[in-house]
Amino acid sequence: MHELAIADSIVQIADRHANGRRVTKVQLKVGHLRQVVPSALAFSFELVAQGTSVEGAELEMEEVPVTGSCRGCGVESRLKEFPLQCRACGSDDLRVLEGEELFVESLEMEEV
Amino acid sequence: MHRTAVKQVVMEGVLDANDALAQANRTQFDEAGTYVVNLMSSPGAGKTALLERTLERMHGKLRLGVLEGDVQTTLDADRLSRFHVPLVQVNTDPGFGGECHLDANMVRSGLSELSLNDMDVLVIENVGNLVCPAEFKVGENTRVMVYSITEGEEKPLKYPLMFRSADLVLVNKVDLLEHLDFDLEQFLGYLDAVNPGVERILASARTGQGVDEWCSWLEERGAPS
Repeated sequence: MHELAIADSIVQIADRHANGRRVTKVQLKVGHLRQVVPSALAFSFELVAQGTSVEGAELEMEEVPVTGSCRGCGVESRLKEFPLQCRACGSDDLRVLEGEELFVESLEMEEV
Repeated sequence: MHRTAVKQVVMEGVLDANDALAQANRTQFDEAGTYVVNLMSSPGAGKTALLERTLERMHGKLRLGVLEGDVQTTLDADRLSRFHVPLVQVNTDPGFGGECHLDANMVRSGLSELSLNDMDVLVIENVGNLVCPAEFKVGENTRVMVYSITEGEEKPLKYPLMFRSADLVLVNKVDLLEHLDFDLEQFLGYLDAVNPGVERILASARTGQGVDEWCSWLEERGAPS
């Protein structure tokens, strides 16, 4: 379950940026290719956040769909499943443009 | 007391801290001239058996070292101790409930017990798991995946993260092909669907099939230049 380790990193990042303030929301971008299970991540996040400035914060996950551009014909495709194929020419030689993201986008905090 | 909400843009990669440590490991490997293989698979796919065959064949040819990752026990390290190569066992269980993968920091903790200067190749045998190890770089030069045909044909589609990140897939236990309903062509088709054209070697750690090919692959990359 890599969600636990991922949750741990998210809490560390948020706690460091919060600098003593209470975090109320963490916005996360997750590419579809990262195989993160949202319910497992939410559960882990709640657990790991306990006792930190992130305790009780909402974890908002935005899933980024997979898109790629064809190295052959240059057409961009939205990719729903494997194999990842160009919608125009059917080639599988694609450069993944989006769908591999895994980053903390922003935090909402309470300022006293 | 008046509280106002503030929003702060962060844009920080969740795995940045791990990636930075992995880069530090890599620098250490490069300075020592050690080529590093991150060996990954499900539990029971045959990573340790393959390593046994590899250590037998490479004796006197390539100076190998092994970092064994497991949640618990030193059973795998015990199996390999008869080869008298530099060997360290890293147990992930002091982590949060026993991590299901090695991360860069855990590998770093094992490096202090290994003399990299005495090794051409370090094989990091990751924790048996088809998802998590793929997410964590440890500083490796290459990723090799052992896949056992007893796992069925469809796993590349179910676990694309690891199959996509592999540079070489060793399809193990092919001596069992005649006893199983496993459809090798279908499996290789699924493999190409997630990682087009990835190198593959059909092998059996039990009979030795494909092991020479694998050892040559390793020697080409790891032999001192």
